[in-house]
Amino acid sequence: MSKTTDNRQTEPFARIVKRAELPAGKIILLRLWAVLLSLIAGGVFIACVGQNPFIIYGTIISGAFRSVMAFQGTVKVMIPLLISSLGVTLAFKMKFWNIGAEGQIIFGATCATFFALFFSGINHVLLVIIMFLAGFIGGGLWGLLPAIFKVKYDTNETLFTLMLNYIALHIVSYLRDGPWMDPSSQGFPKIARFDKNASLDKLFGIQFGWLIALVLVVLIFVYIKYTKQGYEISVVGESQDTARYAGMNVKMIVLRTMFLSGGICGMAGMIQATGSDITLTTSVAGGVGFTAIIVAWLAQLNPFAILLVSFLFSVLEKGSSVVQSNFGLSTDCADVLQGIILFFILGCEFFIRYRFLFRKGTHKAEKEG
Amino acid sequence: MEILIKFLVAAVGAGTPLLFGTVGEILTEKTGHLNLGVEGMMSIGACVGFMVGYYTDNFALAILASAAAGAFSALIYAVLTVTFMANQNVTGLTLTIFGIGFANFIGIFILNKTPEGTLKLPENITAAMRGISISGLSELPVVGELLFSYSPFVYIGIIIACISAWYLNHTKAGLNLKAVGENPGAADAAGIKVTSVKYRNIILGGAICGIGGVYCSMIINGGVWISNNVGGLGWIAVALVIFANWQPAYAILGSFVFGALRVLKYYIPQSVLPFPIAFYDMLPFLITALVLVISSMRKSGRINLPAALGLNYFREER
Amino acid sequence: MGGHEYDRPFLYFERAGNIMAEQGKNLYAIECKKITKTFGQVVANDEIDLNVRYGEILALLGENGSGKTTLMNMLSGIYHPDSGQIFIGGKEVKINSPVDAMNLGIGMIHQHFKLVEAFPAMDNIILGTQGKKEKNKVTSEKIKAISQTYGLEIEPEKYVCEMSVSEKQTVEILKVLYKGAEILILDEPTAVLTPQETERLFQILRKMKEKGCAIIIITHKLQEVLAISDRVTILRKGKSIDTVETSSCDAQKLTELMVGRPVSLEIERPIMENRETILKVVDLTVNKSDGSKAIDDISFDIRKGEILGVAGVAGSGQKELCEAIAGLLPASKGAVLFNKENLLGKTPSEIIEKGVSMSFVPEDRLGMGLVASMGMTDNMLLKSYQKGKGPFISRKPARELADSLIKKLGIVTPGTETPVRLLSGGNVQKVLLGREIESSPSVLITAYPVRGLDINSSYTVYDLLNEQKKKNVAVMYIGEDLDVLLELSDRIMVLCHGKITGIVDAAKTTKEEIGMMMTGENRSEDKEKEAQA
Repeated sequence: MSKTTDNRQTEPFARIVKRAELPAGKIILLRLWAVLLSLIAGGVFIACVGQNPFIIYGTIISGAFRSVMAFQGTVKVMIPLLISSLGVTLAFKMKFWNIGAEGQIIFGATCATFFALFFSGINHVLLVIIMFLAGFIGGGLWGLLPAIFKVKYDTNETLFTLMLNYIALHIVSYLRDGPWMDPSSQGFPKIARFDKNASLDKLFGIQFGWLIALVLVVLIFVYIKYTKQGYEISVVGESQDTARYAGMNVKMIVLRTMFLSGGICGMAGMIQATGSDITLTTSVAGGVGFTAIIVAWLAQLNPFAILLVSFLFSVLEKGSSVVQSNFGLSTDCADVLQGIILFFILGCEFFIRYRFLFRKGTHKAEKEG
Repeated sequence: MEILIKFLVAAVGAGTPLLFGTVGEILTEKTGHLNLGVEGMMSIGACVGFMVGYYTDNFALAILASAAAGAFSALIYAVLTVTFMANQNVTGLTLTIFGIGFANFIGIFILNKTPEGTLKLPENITAAMRGISISGLSELPVVGELLFSYSPFVYIGIIIACISAWYLNHTKAGLNLKAVGENPGAADAAGIKVTSVKYRNIILGGAICGIGGVYCSMIINGGVWISNNVGGLGWIAVALVIFANWQPAYAILGSFVFGALRVLKYYIPQSVLPFPIAFYDMLPFLITALVLVISSMRKSGRINLPAALGLNYFREER
Repeated sequence: MGGHEYDRPFLYFERAGNIMAEQGKNLYAIECKKITKTFGQVVANDEIDLNVRYGEILALLGENGSGKTTLMNMLSGIYHPDSGQIFIGGKEVKINSPVDAMNLGIGMIHQHFKLVEAFPAMDNIILGTQGKKEKNKVTSEKIKAISQTYGLEIEPEKYVCEMSVSEKQTVEILKVLYKGAEILILDEPTAVLTPQETERLFQILRKMKEKGCAIIIITHKLQEVLAISDRVTILRKGKSIDTVETSSCDAQKLTELMVGRPVSLEIERPIMENRETILKVVDLTVNKSDGSKAIDDISFDIRKGEILGVAGVAGSGQKELCEAIAGLLPASKGAVLFNKENLLGKTPSEIIEKGVSMSFVPEDRLGMGLVASMGMTDNMLLKSYQKGKGPFISRKPARELADSLIKKLGIVTPGTETPVRLLSGGNVQKVLLGREIESSPSVLITAYPVRGLDINSSYTVYDLLNEQKKKNVAVMYIGEDLDVLLELSDRIMVLCHGKITGIVDAAKTTKEEIGMMMTGENRSEDKEKEAQA
C-alpha cells in the first residue's frame, strides 16, 4: 500500500485514501479510459508477436460485421454467452459465487439431448418445448445441488460448482463413448447429429435462440428490479442477517435463485446444442460459462449492459477466428485480449472508490478533492 | 506386487504437479487472498518454462523461467487485489482465462514457426528430467523404485512442501503471514507490513505454481507441446488446499492420493471393475466434491481456513 | 530498529524514571500541536492540541464523531495527519507506521481488540516483534515476568478464541507492555467490562502510572473520567475545546464542555396506568450452535405501556433472546406467549404480522436492520414487501413513508434513494427505529438503539421510545449504559450467562446493585432467603 523509503522520518511516498462517490458520468469515463488503455496494451502484445495491431483490430471488427453471414455468426456466438451471463447474474446478485455455469450449460444440454435423440419423432413444437423444459430443469438441478449443500452445511460454493463442471463434462464423455455413441460412426466416439425435427427453427437466418435471449434480458431486468423475489435476492446478497431479521426465508431464497440461475444456464446449453451444434459434444459450453461470469461482473449485473458487453465479447471472438484464418494467430488471441481488458477494468474500479495521495502533492490534491 | 509398485510410482508422478499447485496456493491463501488463477499461473509457467527449455536446452533455466513466469502472473493478481483491492474471485478467474489463452496462443504461435509442425524438447533436457538414478540406492529392490527413481521434480516438490511447512509453523515470518491472513487489522496494529507480507507470499506462491505448470508441459506428454496441457490440475489444486487443511505437509499426502486417483484407470483391468474410462477421469473431481462436503459437515476440530480469506484489507476503512 | 527489542520491558521503567529525574515532571510524554486530518470532505480533526506527562492519566472526552479515535490512530501510526506536529519526549517525530509508534514507546489498546483469535495469547503478544522466534517456554517466562510486575493474570498458552472479554483485554495490555511501551492509549476500554472488571482495570492503570507511564484513556463515560484521570481534554466536532484538571470538575460541567451548551441529563419517565401483560416468556431455553445454552430457562413478562430495560455484560444472551422472540432462533424449551398465543414455531414474518417488532443494532450498526447499499425507500420495504398481491413490488407507499419519516424525525439525507450507508450514524438509526415504529407494533424490542450516537441523537431516541410507551406499546430496551437504563426503564431485567439474575424496579435500585447482578449475584434468591428468614 505504501512504500517506506530509506528514512523513517519521511512520509510514505504514496498512500491511499477513500474518495467521495463519483458521479455516474465520471465513472463511465474512467471505464472507457481503462478500455482504451487495455486496447493499447493489447496492441503492444500483438506488436510483440510481429503483427500490426491496427490491422488486427480492424480485421476483428470487419470479421464480425463484413457480411450478413459474418454478423449472423457473431450473433450465434453471442446467444449462449448472453443467456448464461443472465443466468449467473441472478446468483451473483445474491453473492452466491456460482462459477458452475459451465457445468449447468453442459448438463442442461445433456438433458435436452436425451429427448432430441430418443423422442425425435413427436410433434415438433411439443418436442421443442419439452427440450426447453429439460434444459431448464437439468441446468437448474445442477445449480440446485451446490445450493443445497451451501444452505445445509455451508459448503464452499465456488469450489463445489467448479468440481461439478468437470463432473458434467465427464458425464458427456461417458455418454459419447458409451450409451449415446452414434451407431453409424463406426466406433468413432461421437453423438449422432440430431434429427431436423429436433433442432431449433431459424428466424432471419439465425436460430431463434437470439429472440429468447433478448426476451430474457427484459425478463431478468424486470425480475430483479420490480418483483418481490428480485428484492429478496438483493437483500440476501447484501446481508443474510438483515434478510433473516426481515423475516425472509433465506434458505428457500438461495435454493430458488440457484435453481433459476442454473436453469437459465441450462437453457443456454440446450439452445447451443439444438440450435447451433445440432448435436451434443464435450465442448458444448466451451468456456462460455467462465466468460459469462466476467461479462456479468463487467456489466455490473445490469441486464442491458450484459447485452452490450456480451455482444462486444462476441465480436472479439468471431473476429479472432477471421484473424486466425488470415494471419495464422490462434483464436486463443481472443482470450488473451479479454484478459488484458479485464485486468485494466479491474484496476480501474479502484480509482472509482479510492485515490492515491502523493507525498509532495498532498496539499494540492486535497484542495482538488 | 510389481503392478502395485508401478502404480504407486505412477501415482507420485501424477500427483507432483498437484503438489506444487497446492503448496503455492496454500501460501497464497494464508495471506487471506483466494487466488482462483492457479490454473492460469500454472499454464503461464508451463508455457514459458517449456519455451525456455526448448530454446536453451537447459533444465535448470527452464525451471527458473517457469517460476519467474508464475511469480510474474501472481504479481498481476497481487497488484490488482492487494493494492487495487479488486474482487478476488473475478481477478483469479480472469487470470485463469488469460493464462490458458496466453499459453495456448504462444504455443501455437511458436509451433507454426517450426518446420516439423511439432514442438518437442531437445534431448539434453529430456534426459535431465528423467528419473534420477543414484548408484547403490536406485537399484535396491522395491525401495529403490519407490523412493529413488523419480524425476527431479518430485524431490523439488517435496522439499518445497517441507520448507513451506517449516516456514509456516516455526518461523516469525510464518507467524506474521498467518496473522495477516487471520486478522490483517491486528497484524497491522502490531507493526507487521501487511502489504509487503501479502505481496511476498502471493508472488512466492505463484512461483511454486509456475514450476508445477512446467511439469505438466514437459513431463506429462513426454516433452511434446500440446494445448491445454495443465488440463484442470490447477483447479484440483485449489480444492486440494481444503483437503490438506492448509498444511503443506498434508498437501504431500493429498497430492499423491489424488495422483493415484488420476492413474487408477491404467492399473485396474476392465475385467475387475467394469467402470467406463470417463468415470475414472471424473473420479478426482467427484472425490474433491465429496471432500468439500464432508469437510464442511464436520465442523469440529481446528480448521485452518484463514479467517480473512477473500476479504481485501484497507487500513483506513471506516 | 534494534535487534533486542524484547529486552526492553525490563529496561523501560528505568528509562522513563531517568527522563523524569533529569527534566522534572513538566516534560511532556506526548505533545500534539495543531493536528489536522480529513477524510474526503469530512474534517475529522481540526487543529487539535493535546499533551500528557509521564506519570499522568489524561482522559480524552468527546462524543462519537468528535475525532477522538482518529487522533489516537494518528499517534499509533495507523493514519497520517494532513498537518500539525507531534512531539514525543520533547522531540518532534513523524509516526508513519505502527512500527514507528512502537519504537517511540507508544502502545495502543483498541476498542475493538486487534487480536488473532486463532492464535494463543503468546503468539499475539510477540506478533510484530523483531528477532528470531524463541522457544515457547522462554517467551512464556518473559510474559509471566511482566504480568507479575503489574498484577495481571494470564495463561500464555490459552487460545484467544477461548478467552473472556476481560482476558482478551489483558492480552492487549500485555502486548504493548511486552514491546516496551511507556505511553499507553486505551480506546474506550471499559465499554465491554462489568463495573467490577472496570475497577480492576483502573487499579492496573494506577499501578502503571506509578511506574512512570503516560496514559491516555478515551471514553465518553463521565463517571469514569472523574474516577481515574488527572486531567481531561475535551474534543467537540473535531476541535480541542479545553483541557481541565479533573479535580476542579463535575459531570455537569464536563457534559456542557462536551456538547457545547447546557444539557439536562435527565430522561423523562412517564408512568402509565393500566399495565397489562402482553408478552409472557415462560421457561425459555435457547441453545447455541455448539450445544451450550445461550438462554437458560428464563421467565419474564413485558407489559403494555412500560419500558423493560435489559442489562448485562455483552454476550449474556441478549441477542439470542431477541432472536428467539422474533422467531429467528429455535428454542429448545419453553414458550413465548403473545396474548396467550405461543409464538414459538411461527415464522418470523408471521410474528412481524402479529405486531411484534424487533430492531437490533449490531456493532457495525448496519449489519442487521438495514441494507446498506439500498436507499431509504427500499429499506422501508424490508419488512412489508410481501404485502400486496401479485409478484410485483409496490414502491410508492414506501417512498411516501420515507418522505414522511424524513420530515418527522429530521433525517438528514440527500434523498430517499441515497444508499443509507452514506448517512451518518444518527440518521441511520433514526431510519431503522422510524421504520419499526411506523409499523405500529404492539411490542417493540430494541437492542442498543443509541449505539455510537451523540448525546442529542440519543435523547431523540429516548423520546421516541417514551412516545411509544405513551401509546401503550410494550417496549423492551436492551442497553449498555447503566445510567440510562436506570432513568429510562420502568423495570430492569439483568441477564448473566443466559440466566436472569434479577428483575428490579428501576426507581428503587442502584447502579451497584445492578453491577453485582451482572456478574451473577442472584438477587431473587437473596430476596427469597430474606423472605424465608
